[in-house]
Amino acid sequence: MEHIRTPKVEQVRLLERFSNKSTSGTLHLTATHLIFVESNNAATTAAQEIWILHHHIASVEKLSLTTSGCPLVIQCRNFRVVHFVVQRERDCHDIYSSLLRLLRPVSYDELYAFSYNPKQNEQQREEGWQLIDLGAEFERMGVPCDRWQLTDVNRDYKICETYPRDLYVPITASKPIIVGSSKFRSKGRFPVLTYFYQEKKAAVCRCSQPLSGFSARCLEDESMLQAISKANHNSRFVYVMDTRPKLNAMANRAAGKGYENEDNYSNIRFQFVGIENIHVMRTSLQKLLEVVGSRFLSVNDYLLGLESCGWLRHVKAVVDAAIFLTKAVTVEGASVLVHCSDGWDRTAQVCSLGALLMDPYYRTIKGFMVLIEKDWISFGHKFADRCDQLDGDPKEVSPVFTQFLECVWQLTEQFPQAFEFSEWLLLQIHEHVHSCQYGNFLANNQRQREELQLGDRTHSLWAFLLREQQNYLNPAYCPTYADTHPVLEPSTLPCHFKFWRNMYHQFDRSMHPRQSVLKNVLTLKESNCKLEDTIKDLEARLQKHGISPPTPDPQASPRDQRILPTRPHSLILEAPLSRKEAQRQQEEEEEEVGEEVTECCSDTERTVEGSSGTERKESYSDLQGTYGAKAEPAVVSLEFGVARMTC
Amino acid sequence: MEFAELIKTPRVDGVVLRRPFLPTVEGTLCLTGHHLILSSRQDNTEELWLLHANIDAIEKRFVGSLGTIIVKCKDLRVIQLDIPGMEECLNIASSIEVLSTLDSVSLMYPLFYRPMFQVIEDGWKSFLPEDAFKDLESMTEEWRLSDVNKDYSVCSSYPPLVAVPKDVDDDTLRKAAAFRHGGRFPVLSYYHKKNGMVMMRSGQPLTGTNGRRCKEDEKLINATLRAGKRGYIIDTRTVSVAQQAKARGGGFESEANYPQWRRIHKAIERSSILQESLIKLVEACNDQSHSMDRWLSKLEASNWQTHVKEILTTACLAAQCIDREGASVLVHGTEGTDSTLQVTSLAQIILDPACRTIQGFQALVEREWLQAGHPFQQRCSQSAYSNSKPRCEAPVFLLFLDCVWQILRQFPCSFQFSQHFLVLLFEHTYASQFGTFMGNSASERSKLNLSQKTVSLWSWVNRPQEVERLSNPLYEANCLVIWPSVAPQSLLLWEGVFLRWKRSSRCLDEAYDEMVHIIQYNKELQNKVNNLRRQLAQLETEEPLLQTP
Repeated sequence: MEHIRTPKVEQVRLLERFSNKSTSGTLHLTATHLIFVESNNAATTAAQEIWILHHHIASVEKLSLTTSGCPLVIQCRNFRVVHFVVQRERDCHDIYSSLLRLLRPVSYDELYAFSYNPKQNEQQREEGWQLIDLGAEFERMGVPCDRWQLTDVNRDYKICETYPRDLYVPITASKPIIVGSSKFRSKGRFPVLTYFYQEKKAAVCRCSQPLSGFSARCLEDESMLQAISKANHNSRFVYVMDTRPKLNAMANRAAGKGYENEDNYSNIRFQFVGIENIHVMRTSLQKLLEVVGSRFLSVNDYLLGLESCGWLRHVKAVVDAAIFLTKAVTVEGASVLVHCSDGWDRTAQVCSLGALLMDPYYRTIKGFMVLIEKDWISFGHKFADRCDQLDGDPKEVSPVFTQFLECVWQLTEQFPQAFEFSEWLLLQIHEHVHSCQYGNFLANNQRQREELQLGDRTHSLWAFLLREQQNYLNPAYCPTYADTHPVLEPSTLPCHFKFWRNMYHQFDRSMHPRQSVLKNVLTLKESNCKLEDTIKDLEARLQKHGISPPTPDPQASPRDQRILPTRPHSLILEAPLSRKEAQRQQEEEEEEVGEEVTECCSDTERTVEGSSGTERKESYSDLQGTYGAKAEPAVVSLEFGVARMTC
Repeated sequence: MEFAELIKTPRVDGVVLRRPFLPTVEGTLCLTGHHLILSSRQDNTEELWLLHANIDAIEKRFVGSLGTIIVKCKDLRVIQLDIPGMEECLNIASSIEVLSTLDSVSLMYPLFYRPMFQVIEDGWKSFLPEDAFKDLESMTEEWRLSDVNKDYSVCSSYPPLVAVPKDVDDDTLRKAAAFRHGGRFPVLSYYHKKNGMVMMRSGQPLTGTNGRRCKEDEKLINATLRAGKRGYIIDTRTVSVAQQAKARGGGFESEANYPQWRRIHKAIERSSILQESLIKLVEACNDQSHSMDRWLSKLEASNWQTHVKEILTTACLAAQCIDREGASVLVHGTEGTDSTLQVTSLAQIILDPACRTIQGFQALVEREWLQAGHPFQQRCSQSAYSNSKPRCEAPVFLLFLDCVWQILRQFPCSFQFSQHFLVLLFEHTYASQFGTFMGNSASERSKLNLSQKTVSLWSWVNRPQEVERLSNPLYEANCLVIWPSVAPQSLLLWEGVFLRWKRSSRCLDEAYDEMVHIIQYNKELQNKVNNLRRQLAQLETEEPLLQTP
């Protein structure tokens, strides 16, 4: 609190980003949030509130004084951009300097996760942390088995401090081989198993680059790869995927690092896939945001900007690499070793995306969490550095994880029935990777997390998301889709990659569709469940009157048949048409009965910040010039500065 | 001329049809006067029936004696036919070339087509101007229906009946017509019930370089203004284009002569540029290269999305003048048959909920495009693949449909129809068995006596099963004005048309079916609950004794 000089400033104007509209209100500064409360509104509509978590603020900029006041521009990591005009310069400066201090925490203890208290008891909190068990996950894959075993070499983080304690290696890889191999790999990140494709006994392994320089070799490392190769009888060789562009990998040789020499390793097939490094990705996204953030953007500038920033090209490169990995494993049955430089950015992207394509489990809500926990959190993607959790080196910041989420989104667009979750889950995870509200993504690796005792001092995001999971369901999800399409084969034609408006313009409501199909269908689907219960209840009551329901449980049939992969074209229309018609006529005679029913499915308001809200009752407002302008919804209640859904 | 003379080889066996994402079919190829048919002569396999009129261009290739014809269709589909025998292949190719480019209207398919379905309601009579005017009469008495153009002598592209201000007599109309391009004097396009404001459309005024004026024209459009009110003239051309038009006898309304009107210039491109844009866009979409940069730069260079944005923006402007400013609007470009109609029809989609229904949208197309004299035959005689030099071809109507689709995407619950309806209209404007889009104006259609000799598309669309297919399951009547976003980030490429043949749509179709299923199932459950409640209520009133334990 000592950093807050002015907790409250009145008569602050909030300028709309893409129009000339503005609203005025009061700005509050708390220990955790910056809050704007709209004031001028009449009693008819509830005042708009914007809650911005300090951790979400990427930059604060004080522009030069104008006649109307002192402008303050705040850019957030969730891509919200707010532009305030504060009347008095001194107030503006106070807010500015307080924010500057607040948005750069110097120690982990200052992060919100350590003070966040969602009114849970200790037991619930602990259960939250036990939801995901990676040991069980490897068991699900079929590991340990006769070829792969759990090794305890890293029990005390002695071999590699950025790896988890539990690691899986080929049975034939002895401890000396592991130790020797780890010494030959950057940061000690030796080849370990991350995904096991049981059907073909093919493994996806990950590591960092070898310290080969121009000529160095390491017999243990060569044996390690040999062991990986031997563990798979389906293929005589193992693919080694270097996810970097060839030029970058070659440049690394000068620094004593580099890539595997095919002559030294027997039975490997070496392949570069050309994903750019974290610096290129950071600049690319910055450029993208600059382009789409400009006002009165023309279509041509937009498309040229999309092209020149290269962001979609990079996204496609990651998806292309994941497809390569998937094909090698599922079609050829070969094991693949994936690495980049340190093996925690591009490697994590490619391994996790590949697993998502290969294994339907990861396309469920729980499975997706497991995937992130495994390939990102436990294998040491440096969330603290990449997401700038503490005041650190700006060159370490990079949207690698955001890019992964976008790749997943691109896939959900191509396969609308394959994923149990909708993009709301992706947006929500992205929100919390930066919010530092939950412990999951804090720090850079498991060892640091243990030191911080996150399991004892913070809450788990997964528990929160699972509790609210009905909001993240994809209504078009078909569980049996996995039977017909166990492996996804996305198209990589460039026209199938789209700009993710709901991510990068999440808070620019004017750009979104005004009515949401997703929300509507989700609501209907929920209502269907309730109606089924109501029917059961009514039938039970009717039975008391001695009337038994017609035909064995007819209301269950459409649901069951929906699960069949090849459903007749319009089953619901063909089967009970005559009876339905009859019912309709009866209903028309008795209007009042119908009204009761519609109640239970109608006014369940669902507001996701950024995702479109449906507004029916009021007129759609507009603005001269942009037409993109849409007033903020009457009620956007944000709790903890975080997109919240209210049902 | 007999078709038989043009068909050198009517039948070839052993032809293989290849289409993207569909299994290849081997069978017999037959050429008839109007169709290219490929049938495997087995049950359960799909037959290909392709209208010659749908063929935009063909390419021939030979490998040994195996010939290949690549057929590029106006609906943007590309198919490949492998034909054994060089002579057969050459014959088929030359026959297709001739048959697909027949100029004679009297040989067009709609004149030969006999419907296989029962016509319940004759589409030719579904949307008569008299009926539309009855609705207007119920709202206002300030307008009348004039038959000044009953023999098409005043304006060849107008229908016989047009709505004009009540106080303006036919003589004035004739004089105003002489002052407007193509005789297209200002007529009523839309009456905004909410505030009584109107939208009119016309051709450009023929002011020429020396600034001619026409008192009758001024009187005509001023008659639509309320006392003391100003109106807006939306000129769909830029100022410089409008200036240049003066040299060719055209021009725009000067402030001096039209002091009660404020003129706004927008920049909707002329038809030749739009055609070029379509060709480039389709080429970009067909590019098989996997380079993202190449795709984005080609998409950008096509300018298609820019045209969509311009048209939508102008339509929003017109709608805003009417609804927000409470002013009347006159829209024109040069001829008043292309960009003008895009703007007036889209403004109505935005303002008028009725236009968002299946029937209402047909009425809009009938009123604002067909009756208003959009030259469909000229504009749609070639599509994006044609090698011959475009004459009057332009995707003006397709752009309109694209804009409607953009609004539909942004308000997915406010339209009674789904994108299937828009795609269907796109297909039928380029090649159809129905007479609806034949000819260039009402007068041409009446000369050809199409309403007697052909079947209307609306007769087919308005059958219950077709209405069902075209319906939007999410539709909930929305009586509000709907303002679309025109930010580039909000505008999407219309995949349903431009990428339709470039990918398997199975995943998306199945997801759509699933959504329809959820909605239908919901309705069914609600009915069932109602039914049970009613049953229960009856029982409980009949047997109150059972209620007491």
